[in-house]
Order: sequence, then structure tokens, then C-alpha cells
Amino acid sequence: MPNLPVTDLLSKFDPLIAEHAGLLSSGIRDPFGIVMDKVLSPTEAIIKGQHTILLGTYNYMGMTFDPDVVAAGQAAIRDYGAGTTGSRVLNGTYQTHKECEAALMDFYGMSHAMVFSTGYQANLGMVSTLAGKGDFIILDADSHASIYDGCKMSNADIVRFRHNDAADLEKRLKRLPADAGKLVVLEGVYSMLGDIAPLPELVAIAKAHGAMVLVDEAHGMGFFGPNGRGVYEEQGVADDVDFVVGTFSKSVGTVGGFCVSNHPKFEILRLVCRPYTFTASLPPAVVASAATSIRKLMTAHDKRARLWEATRRLHGGLKARGFRLATQTPESAIVSVLMPDQETTALMWSTLINLGVYVNMSRPPATPAGVFLLRCSICALHSDAQIDTVLGRFEQAAQMCGLALHEMA
Amino acid sequence: MTDRAGVYARIIELIEPLNAKKVPLTETTTFAGDMEMDSLTVMDLVASMEDEWDILIPLNMLPDLETIGQVADAVHGLVAKKG
Repeated sequence: MPNLPVTDLLSKFDPLIAEHAGLLSSGIRDPFGIVMDKVLSPTEAIIKGQHTILLGTYNYMGMTFDPDVVAAGQAAIRDYGAGTTGSRVLNGTYQTHKECEAALMDFYGMSHAMVFSTGYQANLGMVSTLAGKGDFIILDADSHASIYDGCKMSNADIVRFRHNDAADLEKRLKRLPADAGKLVVLEGVYSMLGDIAPLPELVAIAKAHGAMVLVDEAHGMGFFGPNGRGVYEEQGVADDVDFVVGTFSKSVGTVGGFCVSNHPKFEILRLVCRPYTFTASLPPAVVASAATSIRKLMTAHDKRARLWEATRRLHGGLKARGFRLATQTPESAIVSVLMPDQETTALMWSTLINLGVYVNMSRPPATPAGVFLLRCSICALHSDAQIDTVLGRFEQAAQMCGLALHEMA
Repeated sequence: MTDRAGVYARIIELIEPLNAKKVPLTETTTFAGDMEMDSLTVMDLVASMEDEWDILIPLNMLPDLETIGQVADAVHGLVAKKG
């Protein structure tokens, strides 16, 4: 008989296993176990045989099925093979990767670009590498897990300020040693509530205290600002942002992460940033598709306008029907519906998926302040008819679940 | 109140509203184990203690601070260092 471990290391997850089982025993669908049988377009899929409107994919600009983007990927897999089998700093940099970084430099008007294998790794790598022992990382309390994990991986001291609160940021910066290295980490769009950051105030305070500034534009790339660079461009703080981090898995429509910068010493990061160095590079097809998509996004003015139009339609429609929303106006292409508790959230989510609408269910600790959310992300390719169908099904689901809707104030 | 006893008493006051399980609060009460506080609540509590004494408690210190007594020691030390 084989020796049994003294302690089952997975037993620490027993409470979560019980909670998840409890949720499913009430007969609802598993919110974390969705399988897309067929993907028909950026806005529609077949899930369990049912035609479903996708409203939770971050596919903001609908580039996943763009004919040019798909063709670029097909050509690259034919010409360069299925994968690189190597790190960017060994055998994993092909012409396709350099072209993708060139597309990013053109898109952002910056002199350096570094492509990571995922957006998570981009934040993990940049945050952990920029700030070392004796330095300080000052991050927004609602930062994405990849930023928190980057902090954990760095040897820096970590200071957290109240979400989007410039006065709180200043108070905390004042407590730091004047001569210490400081990195202030911000996001253009915060993806849980869909709210945007007051970057001019936050960046000005960071600069006044001698900090370098990194802004994550994962949820802002493609449709904020005159060139679609993000919230930092729209709010006019480009000159004071040292590093912009982003992802290919949202507006760009593939997968991968990146950082762009004008810092003259930026290139050395390729040799010292472990999540960049010690992993395989993206397959040629992925970076070729990304490069084509990024160049198309530079001039996607009509799509940007359409995305905002569809977002306003959904936000306004939900509000008019009495749903409580996380932001009073549509600040980004994420519309978050506030829910009263876990049971109602799960029941609403399950009812919506059964009615053919896929949204994200979000709960603590991913969400701030213990809130439960049904999160919708809008795509430029959502038609008015699709949005109206979604609105009708939200209303129907609320009735079926006994969710109280509020009279318009 | 910046002596150890004063710091401890004030920390208890700050924890009280977050003590959802209403466990008895002593020097050896643990945040994660006894009080079952989630990480977000702990971080908010840290922020309130930073503001209370105008000190800096980096988040990377938290793994070493498991009990209320350990937190009181740390805060007392930081306040004393500030002078």
C-alpha cells in the first residue's frame, strides 16, 4: 500500500468545495463551468445546444472574427509553424513578434514595446521587476489580482490607497521616505464596477512626490482617446505616464500582454523580467493576428462610436427598468448590475444563461467592498436588436427570480 | 495614547465593528483563524490603523502579524520609531 500523505494539501479548500457544492445543489447552472460548444461570432455562441448572446467576453471591438485578423493568423501558422517552443530571449522571437511590437509602438506612439505571453504576466513582470528591495509600490485598493501578485513577487514595500481617492494617495505618499524609489500603479478602467480613474489628479500627485507611474489600460485600449490608446490618453496625461501595460485578450481579440514606454533603458527589462524570460513566447499565429488587429484598431473610429452607442443603450435600458447599476453613467464598456446577495446573484445568472444571455457573475473577494455583481461587457458588434433582447431577458429573469426592481428616481 | 496599552485598547476599538463573528478579542486572537477576516477587511483595517497613528504598515508585513497582540507590538514599535 502506498504511503498516504500526513496532510492532504487540498483539504484547506474544503470550505470552498462545500460552498460550491451547496450552490449547485440548489439546481442552478455552474457559473464557473460554462463551455462554448460553438462560437458563431463575437456576440453569439451555442452553449448546451442553446443560441446565446455573449455579453461578458471583453471582446469590446469584436476583432476575434475579423477576416484580416484571422487571415494573418492563418498565414503565420502556415509560414512559421504552430509554436516557437522557446523563450523570447532564446529561440522564441520570430519576425512576427517584432512586427507585433512595432505595431504596438506605432499604436501608442512610444519608442519601446515588450510583448508578454499573457496580460497577467505583463503586470506580474513589470510590477515585480520595476520595484525592488527598499522601493515602494503604491497601488489602488481595487487593483487587479495580477498587480497584487506582482507586488507579492517583488521585494518592495507595498502601500495601498483607497480606490480612486487622490487625497488618500497623497496622504500615503507623504508618509514615505522622500528619497526612496516609488512606483504608483493605476488602472484606466476598473473592471469590476466599470468605473474609470481620475488620472489627472492621481498622476499629478504621484509626480509631485517623485514617483514613476504605471497605468494598466487592459479595459481601455481600443476605444478611449483620439487614438484609442486608453483612458490616460483621453484624460490628457500621456506625458506623465512612464509605463502603459495592456493585453491582447480584450479589444485586440487574441491573447498576450504588453508594456510600452519611452524610457531610454527599457530594453534591459527583457533580460531581468522573469515572467518575460522564463516562459515560452506566444505562437506566431497569435502575434501575427494581434499585430493586424492593433493596426486596424488605430483607425477604428466607427467601431468606437458604435461601442459607446451600444453601451449607452444597455446602461440606460437597465436603469430605466429599475436595475441598480454600479456607475450612474456608462463610464466604460463594462456595465455592472448590483445584486443583493450571493443566492440571488447565482439564481439571476443561471436564469439569464437559461434564457440565452451570458454575463459574468462576480463576487468577493474579486469584487471590492463585498458586492455581488452581474457584469456585462459590450461589443461594438452588438446590434440594437441584441441589446433590446438582452434588456427584455434581464427584466424577465428579475421577475422569475423575485429580484426587486426600483422605481426611477 | 501611544503607550502599548493605549495602542492595544484603540486597536480593539477599531476591530470591534469588523468582528462579524463576535469572537472574544484578546492578545492571542487571530485575524484569519479566529475572526475569519477576509484579506480585504484586513487591508482596510490596516489602512485605518495607518491613519489613526499616521504611520506606514506595508502590506508585505501582514503575513507575520497573525494575532492582535502582534499587531499591537508592531504598531507600538512604528509609533515609537516615529518619535
